[in-house]
Amino acid sequence: MSRLYPFHGGLKTVRHKTESNQWPIQQAALPRWLTVPLRQHIGAIAKPLVQAGDRVLKGQMIGQADGYISAAVHAPTSGVVAAVETRPVPHPSGLPDLCVVIDSDGEECWIEHEPVDYRALHPSELRNVLRNAGIVGLGGAAFPSAVKLNLSGQCEHLDTLILNGAECEPWITCDDRLMRERATGIVAGLQVMTCLLEPREVLIGIEDDKPEAIAAMAEACAGTGYQVRPIPTRYPSGSVKQLVKLLTGKETPVEGLPVDVGVQCFNAATAYTVHRAIDHGEPVISRVVTVTGHVSQPGNFEALLGTSFADLVEQCGGYREGVERLIMGGPMMGFALHSDEVPLTKAANCILAASAAELTPAQPVMPCIRCGACVDVCPADLLPQQLYWHARAKEFDKAQDYHLFSCIECGCCSAVCPSHIPLVQYYRYAKNEIWAQEKEKQKAELARQRHQARLERLEREKQEREAKLRQKAPAKTIKAAEASEAGIKLDIEAAVAHAKPHPPSSISSRAEEGESITDYSARTPALPVAEGGNQEPEPLSSKQDA
Amino acid sequence: MRFKIVTSPHISQDVSVGQMMRRVLYAMIPGIAALTGFFGWGILINLVIATAVALLAETVMLTVRGRPLALHLSDFSAVVTAWLLAVALPPLAPWWLTALGIFSAVVVAKHLYGGLGYNPFNPAMVGYVVLLISFPREMSTWLIPHGLGQPHALSFLETLRVIFNSEWPARFALDALTGATPLDALRTQIGLGLTVTGIRNSPVFGIIAGQGWEWAALGFLAGGLWLVYTRTADWRIPAGMLGGLAIIATIFYLADPQHYAPPWFHIWSGAAIFGAFFIATDPVTASTTARGRLIYGAGIGVLVYIIRGFGGYPDGVAFSVLLMNIAAPAIDLYTQPRVFGARRG
Repeated sequence: MSRLYPFHGGLKTVRHKTESNQWPIQQAALPRWLTVPLRQHIGAIAKPLVQAGDRVLKGQMIGQADGYISAAVHAPTSGVVAAVETRPVPHPSGLPDLCVVIDSDGEECWIEHEPVDYRALHPSELRNVLRNAGIVGLGGAAFPSAVKLNLSGQCEHLDTLILNGAECEPWITCDDRLMRERATGIVAGLQVMTCLLEPREVLIGIEDDKPEAIAAMAEACAGTGYQVRPIPTRYPSGSVKQLVKLLTGKETPVEGLPVDVGVQCFNAATAYTVHRAIDHGEPVISRVVTVTGHVSQPGNFEALLGTSFADLVEQCGGYREGVERLIMGGPMMGFALHSDEVPLTKAANCILAASAAELTPAQPVMPCIRCGACVDVCPADLLPQQLYWHARAKEFDKAQDYHLFSCIECGCCSAVCPSHIPLVQYYRYAKNEIWAQEKEKQKAELARQRHQARLERLEREKQEREAKLRQKAPAKTIKAAEASEAGIKLDIEAAVAHAKPHPPSSISSRAEEGESITDYSARTPALPVAEGGNQEPEPLSSKQDA
Repeated sequence: MRFKIVTSPHISQDVSVGQMMRRVLYAMIPGIAALTGFFGWGILINLVIATAVALLAETVMLTVRGRPLALHLSDFSAVVTAWLLAVALPPLAPWWLTALGIFSAVVVAKHLYGGLGYNPFNPAMVGYVVLLISFPREMSTWLIPHGLGQPHALSFLETLRVIFNSEWPARFALDALTGATPLDALRTQIGLGLTVTGIRNSPVFGIIAGQGWEWAALGFLAGGLWLVYTRTADWRIPAGMLGGLAIIATIFYLADPQHYAPPWFHIWSGAAIFGAFFIATDPVTASTTARGRLIYGAGIGVLVYIIRGFGGYPDGVAFSVLLMNIAAPAIDLYTQPRVFGARRG
């Protein structure tokens, strides 16, 4: 048994795993309509490659990754594109997003695809294969995996590759079932990742309430050198930074990534999609999702992306009486949905239909009594009561002094608060306000720069105009004007010198006069030169070069 | 189907302010039982008066401030304040003394500062200090521990008459029943030049500390440990306070055992144990960081010793707690934990 490095805080939560993990993963039925969002990942929305009326094949790319941090989207089945339009999607904002709606033909007609010999490929080619397969982190964050599989510029050498099979949130069991049933596939995917990252060690962290998954993964890892590490069941052990600490003892720096300390972490389900992409040539068009809570037959389903939540709940025998809340993700960090008419996305690991029995009854909020229960459970070692205090008072700079942005929004503090204060909500609010202020600041800065640029341009134009006028005017006039001006100046200076009680010596006086004259005459002809310097600084330097 | 939108987390643990406060009340029962056993009905009568006045004051203040009555009355915080203060009062304190103390605690120290969660000073100790400074004679008239069932014990009715009418029962002389507390006795007699060993032989003292008192301390210790076990109180505050008191007492005791009482006597005397587990642990007015709580507790312990040994009062828990209340925000500021991922050092 290797050493673990416990993180501070965390919670023993209710588990509720057995409701859904007692049965094998079921194949969800093919729905008539599939609504595939083009943004199922962190980063830029995929560019649609199809339009209404196009026929698509299963696995055909319908959205192209737009930029480095983006991911491709594929048709989950064959059929006809009915529309490319904004539809409701499962997102905390509740805002709709651009989706490709496919009217499936029921044929499940695959596009041509074949396994890839990843060992024969250059790493960047291999990453491209994965990018084009639409692989993102399936643990919930949905960050494009190809980015994380490219170490260049991020870290010299990777010490540890971690496979996250912790699944610490209550109710969710999709990774548990996947590891039990498809361990060899996960390990095959892990091998591809190992090939790209060349880590010194590969650790697989699984909470010890999943002995079957631990056994299955250990068996599949036999001969690979990958180590399965059972970890104590303690929420949020599946949070990346906490898992990295737990397994390696390394703390990811504030505002840093695990890769900064030579560790990279992927979800077990992500490794499985890598295996499908490489060994079968299949892009990410489905995922395993836990449908549980207050439904007739909770379970895990391998469902096509774009299948509506309502369809999936229907396949569980429908809602039982009294469902109050529909949650995507777990009860600690998942977000509530307005409606079940939203499509399954890559990030959706769990659909939790919660009745009063699964939820904690809403209780009136009391004042904070500074008991410090939140401090005891905070896995980021923050002082949640201080963050709350400042967030509530809108003292956002002070909230940042207390490291607001180190908060991972795990919800432990809210869960133990005897005053029932929705602490996490205050932190989200404060973060959003700060982001909004940042944006305002950037906007103001941009406006300032534009204004500055405009002033400079106007000045330049004015000077150009003046210079042109001067060039057009006869040289004599200028000289005459100069002479008369200089004459006036001389007169004045002579008068001043005369008026002085102890006039300086004639030499110095002359020198002064001479200076002032040369000074003045030097100024006027200098203008066109300066002008020219402004416009084209090159000639002089090119001459020097020559 | 349409659903309600609520932000995460969607589950929480079954905890509440009311539950925490009730636990504090339960934990006080063994100590109160011991006190009642040694000092008679007065203890319980004080508790009832204090509770009634506290609830009344709380109701009036909540109404004036426009706060929901049922919600805040059911948090039991006023009752906790009432009990903490009542236990610290002399068993035969006149009713108005108790009422005035509670008024200062609940109305002034708590609600005028913003109510539950906003008071910078421990309300019960503010009430206690107001009384101690304003009515030193009433506050130092303690009974000799002749408890229930003993020949010198006052009956329930006699106690009521003393408290409400200041009507002293004819069958006793006042001096026969009242006397100095053990800490008071120690203080006066050391002042007279007696040695600690000599003083300790007087009948006021029991096995470790004051007779009767030591049993009450044991009761509060039991309740306090239960509070720590249930995590209602953070262990660091009592550990810090008793540790601080023990360390400074040991230093002086080792330097001159004839002049300074031993550390176990100090820990077991007066309000040290009660204060460590029940008063100093009031979360609102204490430090909130882990290291801060140790420092906060230790500060109280040291101040208690200084006031006992060199100050003008026989015991100093109330003053020490209030002094450290002032220091708590500064302690918090300088004892922030290292955030996950921040550089060490």
